Amino acid sequence: MAGELLLKTGKYSKYTSYRKILYYRFFVGLLLFIVLSLVFTVVFNAFTGSSPRTDVYLPVNLDGERALVKLKSDLQSAARIKNCTYWECFDVYRCGRGGHDKITIYIYPLKNYKIESGNSVSELSKEFYMILDTIKRSRYYTPNPEEACLLVPSVDTLNQATFNSKHVSQIYHSLEHWNDGENHLIFNMLPGSAPNYNTVVNLNTGKAIIAGAGFNSWSFRYGFDISIPVYSQVAEKIDNTQPAQKNYLIISTQLNIPHDSLEELQSIASSSNDLLLLGTCKADNKIDYTKRCEYTTGREFRYPDILKEGLFCLVLRSARLTQAILMDIIASQCIPVVISDSVVMPFNSHLDWHRIAMFIPESNIKSLVKIIYAVSDERRGELYWQSRWVFERYFASIEKITLTTLEIINEKVFPLAARMYEEWNMPEHLYGPVNPLFLPVTAPKGPGFTAVILTYDRVESLFTLVKKLVRTPSLAKILVIWNNQNKAPPPSTEWPVINKPLKVVRTKENKLSNRFFPYDEIETECQLTIDDDIVMLTPDELEFGFDVWREFPDRIVGFPSRLHVWDNSTASWRYHSEWTNQISMVLTGAAFHHKIWSWYYTYKMPAEIREWVDESFNCEDIAMNFLVANVTRKPPIKVTPRKKFKCPECTNTEMLSADAGHMSQRSACINRFAKVYGNMALQPIEFRADPLQYRETGSGVPQLYPDIGAL
Amino acid sequence: MQARKRYLLLFMSFALLLYGYFGSYQLKSEPGINIRRDNLPTFATLDELTEAPSTLKRQPATIALPCRMETCFDFSRCGVDPKIYVYPSEGPVSASYRKVLSVIRESRYATRDPYEACLFVPAIDTLDADPLSPEHVPDVASRLSRLPHWNNGRNHLIFSLYAGTWPDYAEEALGFDPGEAILARASASETVFREGFDISLPLFHKEHPERGGAPPAAPGNPFPAPKKHLIAFKGKRYVHGIGSETRNSLWHLHDGNNLILVTTCRHGKSWKDLRDERCDEDNREYDKYDYEQLLANSTFCLVARGRRLGSYRFLEALAAGCIPVLLSNGWRLPFDERIDWRRAVIWADERLLLQVPELVRSVPPERILALRQQTQVLWEQYFSSIEKIVFTTIEILLERVLAHRSSRQRDALIWNASPGALGTLATYGDSRTHLPLAGLGALATVRAPPAPRAAPAPLPAPSVPVVGPPPTPGNTFTAMLYVQATSPALHKLLANIASSEFCEKVVLVWDSERAAPTLKSLSRVAGDPRDPLPVLVIDATTHYPGDGVSARWQPLWAVPTAAVFSLDGDAPLLAEELDFAFRVWQHFPERIVGYPARSHFWDEAKGAWGYSSKRGGAYSMVLPGAALVHRAALALVARAAPALRLAVRRARNCEDILLNCLVAHHTRRAPIKLAQRRNYKPTHHKYRSPWTDPEHFVQRQSCLNTFATAWGYMPLVRSVLRLDPVLFKDSVSTLRKKYRKMELVTS
Repeated sequence: MAGELLLKTGKYSKYTSYRKILYYRFFVGLLLFIVLSLVFTVVFNAFTGSSPRTDVYLPVNLDGERALVKLKSDLQSAARIKNCTYWECFDVYRCGRGGHDKITIYIYPLKNYKIESGNSVSELSKEFYMILDTIKRSRYYTPNPEEACLLVPSVDTLNQATFNSKHVSQIYHSLEHWNDGENHLIFNMLPGSAPNYNTVVNLNTGKAIIAGAGFNSWSFRYGFDISIPVYSQVAEKIDNTQPAQKNYLIISTQLNIPHDSLEELQSIASSSNDLLLLGTCKADNKIDYTKRCEYTTGREFRYPDILKEGLFCLVLRSARLTQAILMDIIASQCIPVVISDSVVMPFNSHLDWHRIAMFIPESNIKSLVKIIYAVSDERRGELYWQSRWVFERYFASIEKITLTTLEIINEKVFPLAARMYEEWNMPEHLYGPVNPLFLPVTAPKGPGFTAVILTYDRVESLFTLVKKLVRTPSLAKILVIWNNQNKAPPPSTEWPVINKPLKVVRTKENKLSNRFFPYDEIETECQLTIDDDIVMLTPDELEFGFDVWREFPDRIVGFPSRLHVWDNSTASWRYHSEWTNQISMVLTGAAFHHKIWSWYYTYKMPAEIREWVDESFNCEDIAMNFLVANVTRKPPIKVTPRKKFKCPECTNTEMLSADAGHMSQRSACINRFAKVYGNMALQPIEFRADPLQYRETGSGVPQLYPDIGAL
Repeated sequence: MQARKRYLLLFMSFALLLYGYFGSYQLKSEPGINIRRDNLPTFATLDELTEAPSTLKRQPATIALPCRMETCFDFSRCGVDPKIYVYPSEGPVSASYRKVLSVIRESRYATRDPYEACLFVPAIDTLDADPLSPEHVPDVASRLSRLPHWNNGRNHLIFSLYAGTWPDYAEEALGFDPGEAILARASASETVFREGFDISLPLFHKEHPERGGAPPAAPGNPFPAPKKHLIAFKGKRYVHGIGSETRNSLWHLHDGNNLILVTTCRHGKSWKDLRDERCDEDNREYDKYDYEQLLANSTFCLVARGRRLGSYRFLEALAAGCIPVLLSNGWRLPFDERIDWRRAVIWADERLLLQVPELVRSVPPERILALRQQTQVLWEQYFSSIEKIVFTTIEILLERVLAHRSSRQRDALIWNASPGALGTLATYGDSRTHLPLAGLGALATVRAPPAPRAAPAPLPAPSVPVVGPPPTPGNTFTAMLYVQATSPALHKLLANIASSEFCEKVVLVWDSERAAPTLKSLSRVAGDPRDPLPVLVIDATTHYPGDGVSARWQPLWAVPTAAVFSLDGDAPLLAEELDFAFRVWQHFPERIVGYPARSHFWDEAKGAWGYSSKRGGAYSMVLPGAALVHRAALALVARAAPALRLAVRRARNCEDILLNCLVAHHTRRAPIKLAQRRNYKPTHHKYRSPWTDPEHFVQRQSCLNTFATAWGYMPLVRSVLRLDPVLFKDSVSTLRKKYRKMELVTS
């Protein structure tokens, strides 16, 4: 008992002492921390002590009380420079300070500017507030004007009618970092006023970049200004549902169509039922913007719902070149037909508007119906699916519009950050990924190919293979991937003597994916991935295989082929290795492919698949077939009739074990990969590649590839 | 237990403190946001957004605006098929401009009648406006204004390579006032360029080939690019004056290994007078490197501005597959209206010269591969000869005209992928799915789902004629037969076509003095439930009199499918062969896929190209006597250069060689031969056939040489493979085989 107690207390005391140590450590740690931070602050202060204390920059407060500022000076900023370019009016040295790879933006503090009479110069609108708020929350924001690449004055200039140009120009002049507008960004959506309606905001903006709507091709400084859309609140509320059928071919719902155009449209509408021409409802004096009425019959429609019923919707030039209803139309997935000469469309530098809209010259309105009729079904489909996608990506909210604007500037300043045309304009869910090998050429024969052999311990068969391989004229190099960590590869003295370079790479882990690592040692673009027991291929066959690959350099070109078939009884895909009239996979037990696919396999393939392959130690070849087929949407090519690859003596023509377990595992792989990619990328084909003279006798001309094995 | 509690307490209080420190800001401001944002007015009322034009008169513009197509171009002169009129030559013309003129005159765009012309090209050499240059032609201004159709330059196209002169090289100094003429100019800057009106040209050497052009120098796509140098530049520098700073500071970046940037001061007569202290050292380094070697062994090539913005380095780098890195602020790149240069070049900034090494180092390898391939695509399609440069200029212009007329233009993807704008007709289709575009890969074949149908228009029906768009590759083909006489072979072929699984229609082009057969449809074999196969017989002797064999693909309007199975009337193809060919073609719509293969070879003895039908190990042509071709390719034959078409018309032969050359010229790929059949004519022919005629053979040989001269090179590409059905001639039971009759065809 006592012993037990003793033991217990002993245990307890041990426990307490342990606790003490912990406490002790904790406090020592704390002490150290405090001392260190003290020292750090002292040192830091000592170093910066000579210079004036660095300011702590607080992010701009958009919601606090706005400081009252009276405009005293009559001095205005300088007029807008008409031929500014990015190279001359933009100070690039302000950007990328401290090695950032993105622009930085500063927002001037919000102030309540008042003129002498006490009136406010400009009221803050909700949209402008949201622009500033978006910038503030974006990854580009900086509270420090000194390190800012772009500066945004916080004066609301979205609508020309809401401010006095002179007063705003005075404000600009008074801005601390104005410097003739250099690196300033000014937002505007409704420029100009009656009767001329300038196509650019009427302000003395000097060298400032204008992100504006309604530019024409004269006022827009290409490569410098940014064209943005006129935001529409209506559009933001339009959902993405679509009616099963569009009831009208062309709809016009615009209320402010100029007279001459309206007359032409009315004459079209009267002679054809393809155009539904809608205007205001004349019920009472106040315009109800949620309704539209047909001009002739007065039939009433709800707006914007009616837009969804049209396949094509008109937007015409009016007082200004771009209209807010453009956004309503795109959001409704109606194909816009823009009739507005010399208009600069929103984000024209990056968005390809010919994918989104039809453009008809103003002088050609009368051919409207004819032009629309001539649009093919394919193009209608392209345009139709583009609009909603574009809307949701770039136009759906003030936030998206602002971020797109900033992104365009960012791409200008940092060209390497630029996304390609496809990324901006081609919805990947519709068109799929871009093929990395798009140069249509027959690949050059000169560099030859590199044989990559994955091996574990079958040294004898490996040596046989190596001896056979080197007889292929185009073989440039052999790379042996030694996947056995427990055993060293045989010493160089034991290797067969060959006249081609051979290199052994030892791997860190026994993984099947090692065969598809893009080793630096592979210096040719073509690699022959081959198992260490495929000893039956003749040099002629390999050479011919390489020649076929040169003809189809973006595909997997190889010898063993397989097929996937849909099994109706189990509602799943099945792996098929029998004699068939079709093939859909070429196994990488002996196949040529471009090195880029190894790179894709290692770095771009869904990680889920790579892990699956390494865990199950199988299906790396199927994964490769899926990968290539998914990117290129092309099937692989089978070369020559050969079906037997391993031992010449065996009667079994199956390369890999054909037991049921193996087959079901392979089937499971196919189903799994199809699920990961979301579709069945493999496609069956009915042809294979043979030498031109294969099985041709008695022509008298010697065969180019005489030694093509039968099966 | 207690200790854990204490720690927990400590941790929680810390967390609270932290939250108080960082999160209190949010606590404070979160409601604020909502309050302020929700209380703010919207930026414009709906009334303002739907503002109609004021009834007040607009004040007239005070300054003249630069030209745009809608203000300075007379579209009414241009019809469906716009033509170009080149003024007759007079006065001195430089070699380069002579090439430009001759290329246009011999093109399909040319017309001799100024009154049907849409565009005018003066024969006055405007290329070099520098009076100090030996190529300069004086007195251009007055000669231009004397042109009979000048009209202040309206609808005129003027080429200009060098503007301005020493010392300021002003871009406006062209030596004449272009007025409303469209300027195709090299070295244009953003400020003088009339957007959407002028066209930017590349600067090309005097030795630039008129036609043809070198095949791509860099067909290989090694990954990652194993190059000796990262970036290279070799060129002269000017020491003083406009545009000299950039090149003068390049030596800072030169490291003799990865970055080879060498300049020389030697140029002109008096360089020694202007030399600076670095000249000697620079010259030494300069002489160490060979320019060609640098181009071939470097991943990136610097294209720095010279006196003018453009430089020869640009095309040289492009041709060598060396990715251009631009140091030329404000330069409008060649044809940037349609060519997306982001895919092929890296923009650097002259102001950030010293950052160039860091910039190019951070380009990922995959992007390098894409950039490099694109340099080859673009060089090949638009720049490798003067012909291509001029045609690209014209195509851009004509596309603007087309866009004005019918609101369509080529997809940007067509312009920026193989075979490009010169390999496709602007008027053919309005979607890229209508065209066989190999260079686009998946993007070409994958199409968007269809748009929902618009309700069929109720009465009244549209008064305008509906133009049917061209078809996309579907699941059927049209058999297009060219028949000169009825024979048992023809009847057999028609019967085989009728039992083909995929044939949708038969178009029979009848070219014989005898009366055309009256055939409306082909009945199917017994037991085939399908409707009879529709047949359209077109009498070529009345529809296309005198065209002979050139007429065989003319009635494309009758072809409703993208796949055209071009057949000679006596081709002994089985239904199985027709169907197999079609299934293969579906995978290679950009190529000619068929049975009879021929090859070309260089005849050393004669110093000319030879034509061969011998069985060898390779072939370069597949004859469209039994081959599938994309309808767009056949449309292209009809629009081939006049000289080529004339050769075929005169010879009444060689249309098949022309087709093969044309397709190979645009796709750079070989055709595809199928299975073993070599003869596509019955061997025992009781009629006299041109195929047994040795004269016929000689003619084909001479055609081949005519075409090679017209293109400036031999476009045909060889191939060694043929595509067989998967179990073709394998020693397995024929019952397993899908295409078993094919194997029995011996010849």
